[in-house]
Amino acid sequence: MAEMDTSGGGGHKKGPGVKKAKKASTRVDLTPMVDLGFLLITFFIFTTTMSQPTAMQLNLPKDTDKPEEQNKLKESGAFTMLLGKNDNVYYYEGQLDPSASNLKSSTMKKIRDEIIRKKRSTPEDDLMVIIKASNESVYKDLVDALDEMKINDIKRYALVDISDVEEQLVGISDNRPQ
Amino acid sequence: MSRPKIARKSTSVDMTAMCDVAFLLLSFFILTTKFKGEEAVKVATPSSVSSKIAPEKDVTLVSVTKDGKVFVSLDNEAVKEELANQLNSTAGAGLSPSDIALFKKASFYGTPISQIKSALQIPSDKLTGASLPGIPVQDTAHNELTTWMNAIVRAHGTSTKMNLIVKGDNVVKYPIFKNVVTAFKKNDQFKFQMITNPESVPNGTDLWRKYMKGEVTTAAE
Repeated sequence: MAEMDTSGGGGHKKGPGVKKAKKASTRVDLTPMVDLGFLLITFFIFTTTMSQPTAMQLNLPKDTDKPEEQNKLKESGAFTMLLGKNDNVYYYEGQLDPSASNLKSSTMKKIRDEIIRKKRSTPEDDLMVIIKASNESVYKDLVDALDEMKINDIKRYALVDISDVEEQLVGISDNRPQ
Repeated sequence: MSRPKIARKSTSVDMTAMCDVAFLLLSFFILTTKFKGEEAVKVATPSSVSSKIAPEKDVTLVSVTKDGKVFVSLDNEAVKEELANQLNSTAGAGLSPSDIALFKKASFYGTPISQIKSALQIPSDKLTGASLPGIPVQDTAHNELTTWMNAIVRAHGTSTKMNLIVKGDNVVKYPIFKNVVTAFKKNDQFKFQMITNPESVPNGTDLWRKYMKGEVTTAAE
């Protein structure tokens, strides 16, 4: 049926000894072509679904100066992350010490353990994670930090502007040789 | 007694029909695939565990490239036309009717308002993110994106839902992103989405446990 006639090797020369030249079949084996077709189909199906971009929702609070509209949070439940240069993350619990002694250093990869530890040791209603990005940090760090909130199922978190003191501290710590 | 000889049948099947089907499907998929518009503005997005698909209709996309340039693109032609009118009336862009026609065709905008007119003359195949200066946002006092957003919000009116999307590059510095967000906030746009690459949820985390229990099906709430 569908196959190439390969039997016509030698002896096709016309001569008095040959009675009838065998007619070569015109049928070609289409199996490889079908293989190729389906391979391409699979490729297209995969690339179409892959290109669907996903998105991360972010709701911002309205800026307010009225103290009664601002959220109160317990000092014991506060966990502040400062995003620095090169994936560096600094964090402190509660309020920042004037001497910055409770400021600890970590990286984006290791911060998850700290967030989990804080989450386990704090009543759920008290926990609040505050993310402050320094001027040296990049967009990726911010998305990673917000992603970390999602991964660890943190209900309350906020993106807050960094203070000058914290900015300086992050700058000093970033430039300190490791 | 001679038995009639049963002809031995060939085991090979005619592949022609199958080949037809394969290529029919192939051409169907090629034709229905929507190619991404030739990436004039190149942005490498970060990844997140969010599995929510980004909206595709009535989108206002704010792209921030790695060198900190900000671009705006819209997909709805009617909104684009209205946006051109709004820029004329509120920001004094000075677009003539022929400019507005070009404005409607443009796939993205990335110039200060004073230069829109000249940028529209660039043919679309030569228009790339690198050749445009981007919408100025660096200076907090003259954040032109605020003016753009104002016009965009008004162009949408009350009838069209606005899907605000930010597509930022991995290495964009945070202050630029903050200025973009400030421009949103000033126009009362508090909800937006950030384009990310999908990423799998790390094992053993709280979100992973939720998935296992089947409490949530997507990372989006």
